[in-house]
Amino acid sequence: MKISLSPDEVVFRDELRKFYRTEIPEDIRERVKYGRELSRDDIVTAHKILNDHGLAVPNWPVEWGGKDWTPMQRHIWQDELQLASVPEPLTFNAQMVGPVIAQFGSQEVKQRFLPATAALDIWWCQGFSEPDAGSDLASLRTTAVRDGDSYIVNGQKIWTTLAQYADWIFCLVRTDPNAPKKQAGISFLLFDVKSPGVTIRPIKLIDGGYEVNEVFFENVRVPADQLVGEENMGWTYAKFLLGNERTGITGVGRTKVKIGVAKDYARQTKSGSGTLLEDPVFAARIAELENELLALEITQLRVVSNSVEGKPNPASSVLKLRGSELQQAATELLLDIAGQDAVPVDADDIASPGWAQRSGPGYLNYRKTTIYGGSSEVQRTIIASTILGL
Amino acid sequence: MDFELTDEQVMLRDTVRDLLARNYDPESRLKITDTELGWSRDVWRQLAELGVLGLSFTEEDGGVGAGPVETNLVLEEFGRRLAPEPILDAVLVPGGLIARVGSAEQRQRILPEVVEGNKLLAFAHAEPGVRWPSTELRTTATAQGDSYVLTGIKNPVPHGDCADELVVSAVLPGGGVGLFLVGLDAAGVVRKSYRTVDGQRGAQIEFDKAPAELLGDNLDAASAIESTTVHAQAGLCAESVGAMAEALRLTAEYLRTRKQFGVTLSKFQTLTQRAANMYVSLELARSMSLYATASLADGGNDTVVASRARLQVGRAARHVGQEAIQMHGGIGVTAEYPVGHYVARLTAIERTLGGGFEHLRVLTAGVGDYDLAEL
Ligand SMILES: Cc1cc2nc3c(=O)[nH]c(=O)nc-3n(C[C@H](O)[C@H](O)[C@H](O)COP(=O)(O)OP(=O)(O)OC[C@H]3O[C@@H](n4cnc5c(N)ncnc54)[C@H](O)[C@@H]3O)c2cc1C
Repeated sequence: MKISLSPDEVVFRDELRKFYRTEIPEDIRERVKYGRELSRDDIVTAHKILNDHGLAVPNWPVEWGGKDWTPMQRHIWQDELQLASVPEPLTFNAQMVGPVIAQFGSQEVKQRFLPATAALDIWWCQGFSEPDAGSDLASLRTTAVRDGDSYIVNGQKIWTTLAQYADWIFCLVRTDPNAPKKQAGISFLLFDVKSPGVTIRPIKLIDGGYEVNEVFFENVRVPADQLVGEENMGWTYAKFLLGNERTGITGVGRTKVKIGVAKDYARQTKSGSGTLLEDPVFAARIAELENELLALEITQLRVVSNSVEGKPNPASSVLKLRGSELQQAATELLLDIAGQDAVPVDADDIASPGWAQRSGPGYLNYRKTTIYGGSSEVQRTIIASTILGL
Repeated sequence: MDFELTDEQVMLRDTVRDLLARNYDPESRLKITDTELGWSRDVWRQLAELGVLGLSFTEEDGGVGAGPVETNLVLEEFGRRLAPEPILDAVLVPGGLIARVGSAEQRQRILPEVVEGNKLLAFAHAEPGVRWPSTELRTTATAQGDSYVLTGIKNPVPHGDCADELVVSAVLPGGGVGLFLVGLDAAGVVRKSYRTVDGQRGAQIEFDKAPAELLGDNLDAASAIESTTVHAQAGLCAESVGAMAEALRLTAEYLRTRKQFGVTLSKFQTLTQRAANMYVSLELARSMSLYATASLADGGNDTVVASRARLQVGRAARHVGQEAIQMHGGIGVTAEYPVGHYVARLTAIERTLGGGFEHLRVLTAGVGDYDLAEL
């Protein structure tokens, strides 16, 4: 048993640490660090720099730009990226559709889409959820009916993150409504969101921002060669994708940075005769949160060092569940440090500092983390059934 | 970084697991814990024969020269079976102190006897009114010729009831803390034995000018006490993780079999979701426990790491323990059924060498000194 990194891993870490901090523009990293909004350009810029240096999609097969890294190297890559406040390579491309195409797509589909996906020349969005198919994703109803060389798609998706920036969508659609089980008869389809018949309607969230959308399909004609893998096998591909999504969502490095920022603000905030950071009750809360985070980090390292290729560890549900809760706890910490200054928002030229004005929306926005990517309740059900046998 | 066990470590764990499972089902365990001694000399002999009592000592001291990983694997198994043998109290902690500060002669005189299972030690350190992590002792050592006598009260002394010889901490004539060897049959030593909340044993030991032998020539043993305590903290974490794992296993089994309203309890999602939360607590605690052990194995000896682990494990123990009883209903609070015994042990551990509150205070004091919390 050994808790320290090997000398090779230390070299690897230090190189990445330097790369992230010198190659990715500081203003972008500052926006990430302080929770300010990123533009589409910010995300594309950072992603392209990473990709130009072979660092955007290390989890892909080597043939398509991936790296032959150990799980620990991959972990270090991600952890350092988060600690340096670099925007994550766009998840929909790097974690979701890319790996599915690389694993299940035909050679033709791979050649057509993978290089552009790695480079973020195509911005993908994820069309899985529907108004009546959330946690129970397999009950989705959007249909794709074969018509010659095309599918005709009708239906509606919802919660489609950043669809307003997207070029293409990867969709789960029902191709066989008469399949014996609702998980069967689903296919994985790719298409251009500018195709005739696609309408995108933004949904305003409680923080006042726009990041999710409703997407409507009315007789959208999709060339049949944009199907991934086999018709009616989409559920298998979706499960593969969701397994990747869950482990990537832990966010330990990001939460650490958030708590570090929070400590800074607490140091600048007066409380009683000293600062908030010196207040033992408040400091205890930070200590407790940091400790939970370290416990999660080690749990992640345990999962990483035990993960057998291609087989998600059931304990990864612990990572999603606890990781999302701690992300929320960190935003709540910022909110509580801001105190009364958290009440005004978007107000110029007033005494309440900008970070404090953003802390309320940040807190409200982060309520999402225990809902998406498989809600906390769904993760607990997975733990109860697959691990505890209940 | 590596969390895997070597083949030898797995073998050790399985051997101890088998030995304890052979000797302790819940019923036979109760018979043993009800005896005056509270544990089994026969099991002690088997542990000695397997070399388990000598795991943490060097070959020179009669041991096998294994490390904290092996020791804590064993303690995890002790927790899992709730084995009452006082391996931590009678061997690892007091023996560890002798190994650290004892002279060559003292080590050779005492440690092989301990490793062979012939001699039981105890560490008499805690004092009434002095809570961890305070080191303000009231027991004093006075020079008498070239020897010492001790005066003071030590309580609780874990497994002090059965000890043959004590390692006692006391304030030295010139200030600073020294460690002393005191025989239980020495003049001026009064022992008051008792049972503990978790069905184990302890004693209050009173010294009235009791003759004592200075351990080693180290006239300030505070750092040895500190590093032995760090090892003990990691050991308590490992034992807790074993106990929690078993408490959760029993709970899951109970939910699968107990029927109410015509179905097994496992059909009620309110219960399965809570059982999943127990698993989350257990795994995060296990991570911190491994961290504490691995950092000792890496050569570290960090009180902050120990407090990090104890905090997480203590929080988890409370959560897992309370939920385990609750989900068992009435049977959970009976002395005939094992789950409550696990909770009692976890409860006692949480009050040993600092609880969540004290460990949190240690961590809180340092929060402003660094930016990001790092391993
Ligand atoms: C900000 C955000 C971004 C998203 N981005 C995308 C995206 O890009 N693409 C996409 O396809 N989807 C996306 N989603 C959708 C997300 O995956 C769903 O919201 C999620 O699956 C939950 O579904 P739902 O909202 O319909 O809630 P429901 O499934 O209706 O759940 C409501 C509540 O009931 C609980 N619940 C449901 N079933 C059970 C059960 N069996 N046992 C116990 N509790 C249960 C849930 O945990 C939840 O608390 C996003 C969601 C959000 C909030």
